[in-house]
Amino acid sequence: MNPVLFGILAVLLIASALGVVLSPSPIRSALSLVMTLFFVAVEFLFLDAQLVAALQIVVYAGAIMVLFLFVIMLLNLQEEPQAMARLGMRAAAVVLGSLFLLAVVHFFAKPGIGTGTGMAGAVPATFGSTELLAETLFTRFLFAFEITSVLLLVAIIGAVVLAKKTLT
Amino acid sequence: MVIDLLIAAIKALIVVGMVLNLAGILGWIERKGSALIQDRVGANRASIFGFAGAGLVNTMMADPLKFLTKEDVIPTGVDRLLHTLAPCVNLFPALVAYAAIPFGDVLQVGDRVVNLQAVGLNVGILYVLAMMSLGVYGVVLGGWASNNRFSLLGGIRGSAQMISYELGMGLAIVALVMTYGTLDLQEMVRAQGHLIGGWIPGWGILYQPVAFFLFLCAGIAESKRVPFDLPEGESELVSGYFTEYSGIKYLMFFMTDFVEVAVVAGLITTMFFGGWQVPYLLRDGFHFPWGAVVALPQLVVVVLQLIAFTVKLLVFCWLQVLIRWSLPRFRYDQVMRLGWKGLLPIALLNVLATAVVVLAFQG
Repeated sequence: MNPVLFGILAVLLIASALGVVLSPSPIRSALSLVMTLFFVAVEFLFLDAQLVAALQIVVYAGAIMVLFLFVIMLLNLQEEPQAMARLGMRAAAVVLGSLFLLAVVHFFAKPGIGTGTGMAGAVPATFGSTELLAETLFTRFLFAFEITSVLLLVAIIGAVVLAKKTLT
Repeated sequence: MVIDLLIAAIKALIVVGMVLNLAGILGWIERKGSALIQDRVGANRASIFGFAGAGLVNTMMADPLKFLTKEDVIPTGVDRLLHTLAPCVNLFPALVAYAAIPFGDVLQVGDRVVNLQAVGLNVGILYVLAMMSLGVYGVVLGGWASNNRFSLLGGIRGSAQMISYELGMGLAIVALVMTYGTLDLQEMVRAQGHLIGGWIPGWGILYQPVAFFLFLCAGIAESKRVPFDLPEGESELVSGYFTEYSGIKYLMFFMTDFVEVAVVAGLITTMFFGGWQVPYLLRDGFHFPWGAVVALPQLVVVVLQLIAFTVKLLVFCWLQVLIRWSLPRFRYDQVMRLGWKGLLPIALLNVLATAVVVLAFQG
């Protein structure tokens, strides 16, 4: 991947991610998150993972975030300047944030990362293709795949049961 | 490298020019078509030196000029950024979705082979679906950012409708993907080049007639036009999610409808009616089933393919205009019932039946 393109994308990505946290209006936060997901999809595209990029947009930006927006609009949430003002919230944010930072630093401090030896192998021509992904899903990860679909089915039935006021 | 970039830029320009002009022409077809259907004369007032061009001057020049020069009103108490962003967010996905639709086979210049498609993605159809699913943000934002109850209701109706019909549309496409065994739109068109029994072109409609009707229905619902125009239902919601828009922003909402019509027509052409395929035309000329062979130079073949694609595209644009002016608007519960209790089960059954047939033929 071209380092210049990566740099531009990374700046955009971080800027929109910051927008999620810093924006006082819930609806702008949600839209910044959509933008973040969109830029992540573009990153995938540059890494030759076209299918993952398309799925990223279809599933996250196109479906899940729309529901987020829906809820925000229906509840008509107003700006919340005081959300981060409580001391407990701030303390929790600082502790969790530093823990995550520690984990990231620990990962990048490993020898070999960033020197070009880790992922230097040539990428096969079929990398990221639908066929390859499907083959892996339906052979090596078949059990996990099917279990996930059962899980989703249970979740759907649960949602219907919860949403229905009277069960006849 | 430079030449590759140049070719990519030219193809992108061609596609953007094609879809924007098509949107303009569709505006004209819509006006004169509705006049034809309702036995009126239609737009014929504006003229240049006495030339009205059967309404072309009206729709292609006078209308856009009027929209451009009108005052842009932003209501009080709204999020100004989001209010301005909404029409752009609405138009952008529809415009870029068109990029994956192939408009010809390959053009060979010297030893360079140019694929006549703006972007050759191996997940083409998923990309189009992804972009169409982003279209809902423009509607939601337009409705929310207008500080108007009618707009908000329109936005909520629109998003619920688009999410509901995306399911039916996606499942109709799943059956097609199983038939062709690829997600690449160019490969889909190539797969429709064979002949059934040596005579009948093997277009997708013959293999997936159910999916065609499902897709057409879901496609019209996605573009939010009559009979699915509940989000803008004038008799109830003034103009729905774009009530509070004027000038160029209103034009952008208006154009999105036409661009979506063009995208749906392009997808129908590509997936069900052989895209750029001309019956019996191979890369070196016509090979008729009765044995006659007419050899043609490559450039003529490419031009014939371009013409075939354009004609099919226009036919399906016209079909959508015809439907728009023939059917009355649904009630909202009817729209939801059709989406969830009609399209969805039929699409699921279609997928199941396709899977059985595909498996049986594989052995």
